[in-house]
Amino acid sequence: MIGGLFIYNHKGEVLISRVYRDDIGRNAVDAFRVNVIHARQQVRSPVTNIARTSFFHVKRSNIWLAVVTKQNVNAAMVFEFLYKMCDVMASYFGKISEENIKNNFVLIYELLDEILDFGYPQNSETGSLKTFITQQGIKGQTKEEQSQITSQVTGQIGWRREGIKYRRNELFLDVLESVNLLMSPQGQVLSAHVSGRVVMKSYLSGMPECKFGMNDKIIIDKAGKGGVTNEAGKSTSGKQSIAIDDCTFNQCVRLSKFDSERSISFIPPDGEYELMRYRTTKDIILPFRVIPLVREVGRTKLEVKVVIKSNFKPSLLAQKIEVRIPTPLNTSGVQVICMKGKAKYKASENAIVWKIKRMAGMKESQISAEIELLPTNDKKKWARPPISMNFEVPFAPSGLKVRYLKVFESKLNYSDHDVIKWVRYIGRSGIYETRC
Amino acid sequence: MTDSKYFTTTKKGEIFELKAELNSDKKEKKKEAVKKVIASMTVGKDVSALFPDVVNCMQTDNLELKKLVYLYLMNYAKSQPDMAIMAVNTFVKDCEDPNPLIRALAVRTMGCIRVDKITEYLCEPLRKCLKDEDPYVRKTAAVCVAKLHDINAQLVEDQGFLDTLKDLISDSNPMVVANAVAALSEIAESHPNSNLLDLNPQSINKLLTALNECTEWGQIFILDCLANYTPRDDRESQSICERVTPRLSHANSAVVLSAVKVLMKFMEMLPKDLDYYGTLLKKLAPPLVTLLSAEPELQYVALRNINLIVQKRPEILKHEMKVFFVKYNDPIYVKLEKLDIMIRLASQANIAQVLAELKEYATEVDVDFVRKAVRAIGRCAIKVEQSAERCVSTLLDLIQTKVNYVVQEAIVVIKDIFRKYPNKYESVIATLCENLDSLDEPEARAAMIWIVGEYAERIDNADELLESFLEGFHDESTQVQLQLLTAIVKLFLKKPTETQELVQQVLSLATQDSDNPDLRDRGYIYWRLLSTDPVAAKEVVLAEKPLISEETDLIEPTLLEELICHIGTLASVYHKPPSAFVEGSRGVMHKRLPLGGDIGGSPAMGAGFGAAPAVMPASLNAPVGGGLGDLFDLGGGVGMPMGAYIPPKTVWLPAMKAKGLEISGTFARRAGVIQMELVLTNKAMSVMTDFAIQFNRNSFGLAPAGPLQVLTPLGPNQTIEVSLPLSTVGPVMKMDPLNNLQVAVKNNIDVFYFSCQYPISMLFVEDGKMERQVFLATWKDIPNDNESQFQIQDCHLNSEAASNKLQGSNIFTIAKRTVEGQDMLYMSIKLSNGIWVLAELKVQAGNPNYTISLKCRAPEVSQCVFQCYEAVLKN
Repeated sequence: MIGGLFIYNHKGEVLISRVYRDDIGRNAVDAFRVNVIHARQQVRSPVTNIARTSFFHVKRSNIWLAVVTKQNVNAAMVFEFLYKMCDVMASYFGKISEENIKNNFVLIYELLDEILDFGYPQNSETGSLKTFITQQGIKGQTKEEQSQITSQVTGQIGWRREGIKYRRNELFLDVLESVNLLMSPQGQVLSAHVSGRVVMKSYLSGMPECKFGMNDKIIIDKAGKGGVTNEAGKSTSGKQSIAIDDCTFNQCVRLSKFDSERSISFIPPDGEYELMRYRTTKDIILPFRVIPLVREVGRTKLEVKVVIKSNFKPSLLAQKIEVRIPTPLNTSGVQVICMKGKAKYKASENAIVWKIKRMAGMKESQISAEIELLPTNDKKKWARPPISMNFEVPFAPSGLKVRYLKVFESKLNYSDHDVIKWVRYIGRSGIYETRC
Repeated sequence: MTDSKYFTTTKKGEIFELKAELNSDKKEKKKEAVKKVIASMTVGKDVSALFPDVVNCMQTDNLELKKLVYLYLMNYAKSQPDMAIMAVNTFVKDCEDPNPLIRALAVRTMGCIRVDKITEYLCEPLRKCLKDEDPYVRKTAAVCVAKLHDINAQLVEDQGFLDTLKDLISDSNPMVVANAVAALSEIAESHPNSNLLDLNPQSINKLLTALNECTEWGQIFILDCLANYTPRDDRESQSICERVTPRLSHANSAVVLSAVKVLMKFMEMLPKDLDYYGTLLKKLAPPLVTLLSAEPELQYVALRNINLIVQKRPEILKHEMKVFFVKYNDPIYVKLEKLDIMIRLASQANIAQVLAELKEYATEVDVDFVRKAVRAIGRCAIKVEQSAERCVSTLLDLIQTKVNYVVQEAIVVIKDIFRKYPNKYESVIATLCENLDSLDEPEARAAMIWIVGEYAERIDNADELLESFLEGFHDESTQVQLQLLTAIVKLFLKKPTETQELVQQVLSLATQDSDNPDLRDRGYIYWRLLSTDPVAAKEVVLAEKPLISEETDLIEPTLLEELICHIGTLASVYHKPPSAFVEGSRGVMHKRLPLGGDIGGSPAMGAGFGAAPAVMPASLNAPVGGGLGDLFDLGGGVGMPMGAYIPPKTVWLPAMKAKGLEISGTFARRAGVIQMELVLTNKAMSVMTDFAIQFNRNSFGLAPAGPLQVLTPLGPNQTIEVSLPLSTVGPVMKMDPLNNLQVAVKNNIDVFYFSCQYPISMLFVEDGKMERQVFLATWKDIPNDNESQFQIQDCHLNSEAASNKLQGSNIFTIAKRTVEGQDMLYMSIKLSNGIWVLAELKVQAGNPNYTISLKCRAPEVSQCVFQCYEAVLKN
């Protein structure tokens, strides 16, 4: 199991050091600093073995978090734990920085004592941790309160406490998708997938039982059984359905129920959390196409022309569009002409950055640039990194639609109809690249 | 008010000041002081001198202060054991506190203090806490048992804590169950044979129920524990799989990977024709792909594991090539791993895409990555024959870029392509030769020289090219020197007239001016060969080379199986068994996949049945070479009667028939060398000298590997023992009986002839352990007519002892199955001439008669092999 956890600043000075196991000595702290933080080369692996001691590390801004062990631990668990630790710290004191860590070191020790016992991760839900780890000290809890805390921490529904009340029962659903694309210069899709998240903000009283429904092909087909289902994925009801490759759920979702009935039922945590993640690869709506044209004119000049085409309903508007066209390292000067938006050559980033605030669907825009190069005797050819794009669109590129989110709370007197529900779709670019 | 100020106190006299503050009457001041102490402790300052003062602050109702003091205690108690005792009372009192959070805190902290005296006091409170009414206290106490076991294992056993811990597996609270499982698993690791985690269908059922209810971490503990269980049959295996698969949708990647581990392991037991088996295979792919959208560090862990899974069950991800395409912004460690998996998944169906990608990668920035990409193109050529031509032309394009390390890497792989497809792509040699000057790495230089030597007849100026290397001969690395030597000799054999001078030069450089024994030896061998028998030299140096295999970097199957049992853990990240990086007793136990479930067919074994753990091929750790027989015996490990069976000596040539020379002897195999052990006795009146020996042609080509070493004359009534090493490369003629050997011995008196029979077990080689899959396929492949059955009577060994005994004679047990009280042992034997014999030995408890079935492509040997079995088992 986890033998210890160290937090360092960018210089390699220790900010937090907590050792859980006897086989980890103080010299482990220095071993990691010398061999990883101060190493001359770039880090080649997040797992390092130094003298039979294994180190796992993640970096947040310029803070290093390292777990150390001498045993054959579950490596995936260690990294999940480190991410979780970062989340917990962030929810207690915001950004993970040297300043914040030093300011909260007592709190961090207290958290580490609670979250890890003998190197075994215990309870890491911020919701319940905040009920009994505070920096105000625990004052005058009654016996009932104490046992409520312990039963929540160890209970089946560790993520929600009893007795939550809201005057107005309300919930917000955000379908956040990032669409990823790798396209060849000829316009052939090499790979494309959407990774999506359904984020829920729930302000609901009591212990509500929720059921979430979406246009999952398997469910729709099941429901449409007996009726005629045509090949385009349209069931008799006429709704478009999508094929989900895989999805994962927050721990509040009953997985066995999903496995057997494919229904998503749960008691939600209070406040904001991520309900599910999913991935689709079929029938993705690619919001933009990038058509590059790069021509080398002699050895000292490049001509670049890039056309972008928006590919969605004309009534919708894409925002925050940014096209990044890489330029060779020996670029001496760039002249840019664009029809729309602003374009600038950024020498420090070796790229032309073209920004467009808004763009409606089914439009196209173009940029052309002349890049002058310094002659070099470097034999190696320019690697031509791909042209990348950023944008935000008000729909889900996967085609996912929320069909319902039903709320049942039998003990309190509000029904599904009384809950105010909001749904929003945002599609963003993930890694959206076109090779040139 | 912020706490960061505590990190800045560095002035002198600090300890003194802290002491004063710790003893202050004001609560706030005290707390401030303790915080300062903890801050100093964190940055590595020694504040142990403050021990009594800090411990004095322990008696407080302020929980925050209490926790800080406890933290201090955990760090320094070991260095101040006597002082630590001062804390005991408070601990014991806290364990009785009405607040469960404080009870738990006390027992948690006490377990972390590794001081004997404190440990003694821990037992009573711990016993109470294990039965506490509050689940939070119980789950803390469960882990505390593991802590205590780490400090004093005997104490835990004596106090009966293990039983209480086992009871907690049936606790009503899922988190208590999960922690109890974690603690028991850890304790069980240090007692491999204790059967502590007595897993049976009932307890498994409890675990599976808790799995649905506990925290993500608890689910990991439970799944990791489940992976150690071996279901009784395929039905139980399937029902566990069904209950584990929902975990594949968990948001926590570690839960997913641990579930994958359980499924990969239990799948081994499912019959392949079962519908569920196919369903399960399909279910595994999507979650594995999803892992690749996690944070980069987790992606790395996932990719290292996928690398194993792809080797074990390539069918799972064969359609998912695209997700392994490298993204421009991936960290380098993710890129390198993806590349590895891409090559493994490359097939005729996707090769075009893969090649296009690899070509892109070859123009990237990171040198290691580019090299690996170039090498990958070469491996594609070797793996997918249809793509070879495209790969070669891609490599040529890359060579044209003139990027130094790309060119070198390309040349190294092109050499391998030449080896795989001889006489196909030699047209590119001219292009390669153009780049001769830019090669500065030994591997690339050696590869290029090999190419020039190998194709010397097609390269007009081969002699000039090689000569150019010769100038700096002594500055080259050994690899290059050896290659250059061989290449020039090849050249000479192909174009003797023009290159005589060159070959003289290189031979003298290698033999006279070099300090490297390998180089010198090779030089001398060539020299002698060339000067004595040029024809033989040609046969040796220009011999036809075996084709290189496609997959050279596959993980060895037994290791792979072990690593599959460790999916998700560090072992799977390092691709090493835990024993390679974990100290002490933990993790030394090797895990195995369970027995296969393909019932039916003969022999009834699945593709992946587990090897009987007691049977390890002895040859692995035995030194190879003559005269090391004793060492061989030692190398085998404990509890294994080692060494091959050696029949007693018999008289082969009576004195009457040989003018007073009596020869008796036997045969033995020691450390892989067959030896004829002779006892020569002179029963005549005169001295005997000038002994020599010769064999007639025989079935297996046995021949003396050296002269008969009788150095001193043999006087009357003198006896001498000689052992004669034998080789199996002599002329072959089938004898009747098969193991008959006709021998001629000469001395100063006359030549005598006799014949003897050797036990065929002398010919069983050390690497006769067949891969299980291969065994199964071979068994099916050999026609049933070739099977012969024998009875071995009156043998009183159990199957284990029998298999150990047989192993000593290089008869390897590959698997063992028990069907209705009858042990079936599956064994393989390899003869020195490459013939494989497969055997199935049936041993029934209480029945001294064994049944043995032998299958072999050359059924004539069966009789002899059977005799060996009988001889070995009965001696």
